[in-house]
Amino acid sequence: MDMNEIKEIFFQECEEQLAELESGLLRLNDGDRDPETVNAVFRAVHSIKGGAGAFGLDDLVSFAHVFETTLDCVRSNKLEPTQDVLKVMLKSADVLADLTNCARDGGSVDEARSKQLIRELEALAHGTPLPGAAEAPAKTVAKPAAAKPATAAPAPVAPNDEGFMPVAFSFDDFDPDAVPVEVPTFEISFKPNADLYRKGNEATLLLRDLSRLGEMSIHCDMDSLPSLDGLNPEDAYFSWKISLRTDKGEDAIRGVFEFAEWDCELAIAELAEGEQPEAVEGEAPMQAVPFDLSILDEEPEHPLGVVEEEEQIAAGEREAAVTALETASNVLNLASAAAKAADAKQAPANAASAQQAAAAGQTIRVDLDRVDRLINLVGELVINQAMLSQSVIENDANGTSSINMGLEELQQLTREIQDSVMAIRAQPVKPVFQRMARTVREIADITGKSVRLITEGENTEVDKTVIDKLAEPLTHMIRNAVDHGLEMPEKRIALGKNPEGTVRLTAKHRSGRIIIELADDGAGINRERVRQKAIDNDLIAADANLSDEEIDNLIFHAGFSTAEKVSDLSGRGVGMDVVKRSIQALGGRINISSKPGQGSVFTMSLPLTLAVLDGMVVTVASQTLVVPLTAIVETLQPDAASIHSFGATQRLISIRNSFCPLVDVGRILNFRATQANPVEGVALLVESEGGGQRALMVDAIQGQRQVVIKSLEANYTHVPGIAAATILGDGRVALILDVDAVVAASRGQPLRLESALSAVG
Amino acid sequence: MKKKVLTVDDSRTIRNMLLVTLNNAGFETIQAEDGIEGLEVLEDCNPDVIVTDINMPRLDGFGFIEGVRRNEKYRAIPILVLTTESDAEKKNRARQAGATGWIVKPFDPTKLIDAIERVTA
Repeated sequence: MDMNEIKEIFFQECEEQLAELESGLLRLNDGDRDPETVNAVFRAVHSIKGGAGAFGLDDLVSFAHVFETTLDCVRSNKLEPTQDVLKVMLKSADVLADLTNCARDGGSVDEARSKQLIRELEALAHGTPLPGAAEAPAKTVAKPAAAKPATAAPAPVAPNDEGFMPVAFSFDDFDPDAVPVEVPTFEISFKPNADLYRKGNEATLLLRDLSRLGEMSIHCDMDSLPSLDGLNPEDAYFSWKISLRTDKGEDAIRGVFEFAEWDCELAIAELAEGEQPEAVEGEAPMQAVPFDLSILDEEPEHPLGVVEEEEQIAAGEREAAVTALETASNVLNLASAAAKAADAKQAPANAASAQQAAAAGQTIRVDLDRVDRLINLVGELVINQAMLSQSVIENDANGTSSINMGLEELQQLTREIQDSVMAIRAQPVKPVFQRMARTVREIADITGKSVRLITEGENTEVDKTVIDKLAEPLTHMIRNAVDHGLEMPEKRIALGKNPEGTVRLTAKHRSGRIIIELADDGAGINRERVRQKAIDNDLIAADANLSDEEIDNLIFHAGFSTAEKVSDLSGRGVGMDVVKRSIQALGGRINISSKPGQGSVFTMSLPLTLAVLDGMVVTVASQTLVVPLTAIVETLQPDAASIHSFGATQRLISIRNSFCPLVDVGRILNFRATQANPVEGVALLVESEGGGQRALMVDAIQGQRQVVIKSLEANYTHVPGIAAATILGDGRVALILDVDAVVAASRGQPLRLESALSAVG
Repeated sequence: MKKKVLTVDDSRTIRNMLLVTLNNAGFETIQAEDGIEGLEVLEDCNPDVIVTDINMPRLDGFGFIEGVRRNEKYRAIPILVLTTESDAEKKNRARQAGATGWIVKPFDPTKLIDAIERVTA
């Protein structure tokens, strides 16, 4: 793994943290005062800041820092998370998301906006009357760790069981005259207290580090060591006087004691040139000696023999004493008993939270490519299994053999594998819904309306591809709902409504599809105006007799916008028709129902996956085609009486007293030169873009089947009138009909596909 | 023998960076995602040194350090705190809980290794 991969992980994590941040802030907005919610929000920003720092993303770090500081005020109850505060925070979350995207994909952010929010956040952090709230966001500069010589990579050291290392001093090399005069000498006095050891620091290691800075002589003062019976093995009795010749400076020496300086008495003084280290002088029996690092690093020979030599105690006084003193073990046992008791109390709590974690579901991260490969393979498996079944059936007409039985089980299993694999790709719609929250905020800000977004069923799962393609139409619809649907607050008050409008976004599963509903409590569709507009635009005749539902659905027509003034937000005529088309491109349908004064509900129904499709297998001019089942309203067998000619080539079919254009699929796709006789074929009544119905003529229906979609674009090229391809049980390629394109072609936009189709063959 | 480091951090980014840095420096690395998991894996992995974050869900770094220090076997193990919190108050709390030393995020790989070397034999 290299830094780029880690960076990628960082951005993935950012996305999760941003989602966490937003949902946490929204929970706070709903009055959730659980400290863990505030903590989670804080952690999200904190994590982003931490990672961003590692990659030198300074803009992100500085914004996150200010944000974090303000959140810390909330966390420590110095700042009340009121609606106003949360409004600023939600906006800040948006900016943080922008900055993250910008850091990943390049581009620029709205600097004025982010500066403004930094000011607002700082005002919140500082503006609170409680003391301490205005803590400066002290930009911390990492104190350089001990400037150790780069070459001082330590030799691997094998500690014994106590992690204890006896130290021996060599008397041989001591020759003060050999030292160059210009290197300053420092006199260091170091007296650790018991806390230093209790925190896992170790005098030996500190002395070792010190010795790496230069030439060192050391003297251990053991005067305060009591007699054995008065000795507390956990206490600190020794202190050291060190004289160190180093050109690294005092900061480097302090650096060594960085972790220890609170728990010891430390004095460092630079000796004037030529001055002799006083500690070394005049203490004959305890001579200061050069500290020999190589000996320190050696495997100890007599771990238990430390007390024999006074000098050796110096380094490992505590552990040595522990080993030597039987009496002291009582103290330790007591301590350990207490610790165990505490652990025992802790244990059930730990177990409980561990269970919680397990219940929350363990997850693994898998590269999307791998999942896609698996899905592809399963697709092949399904096709293969179908082919196998078919050839067995052909060779075993009575279907009683055990092979047949086995095949049925295989079919069952294949289907289950397929479903399970599809489920891997399924993801909750939550991230898309969360993005909508931001859209609502932004539009509410621009339009000056007050809007509350309620989301339900955000954990409803749907294929990742569907989710990815859902965001755009949904954004558009939300904009429409806020901009056109909801009234201004004053108007709402006048109407006796809550000045705050509500937009409700719901997702649920229904009969193998996902239903997404977008409801607003606004004015509803003004049918008079829609009707008038449709007449003005020549969409309908002035005297057309339309049901309410038909009028409502007019808004899905291209070039239709009812807003009296065209706003920047939702459209210059690019409106709901685009939404409808993108929903249909996903194999979905969209409907609207509206009650004047009470609001509108848009209902989208989408397939759960784009990898398989329920289709009707039909024959057209001896070609096998698949028509997506979702497009088909009904199938019927036309009789001669119901067929009517219209103009030179057009024919209509009368269905329950209404006329519907009859479209010969074979003619449209140029499978044949002349129109087939409708009476010999089957008509598929389909609903196409704009709500209009067409009857598609095919020669015969073979059956209904789930097929695995194979992209034609990826494997060949785009073919007009054809959405994709699939492989049937007999191993033949069948094309999947693009119903909308065929219907559009029937309106006089010919498809050009002769060359394409002959190549597909 | 390789020295064994237990890292405790809830951020996947930081976990990966620690993993790469420590592995490159020749350490054996065991990772936990929060304090609770850290205490759970501690018993089995028997590390030489622990590097922990402070802000974590379920059990934060302070609680984790206290938990480690309560364990008879690990009450003297070096624990380095890895955190962006560098203000004196948090450092002090970590120290009171029993932290041996600290590394300020964003960590510099050299500094991290230096700090680990400093507190381990």
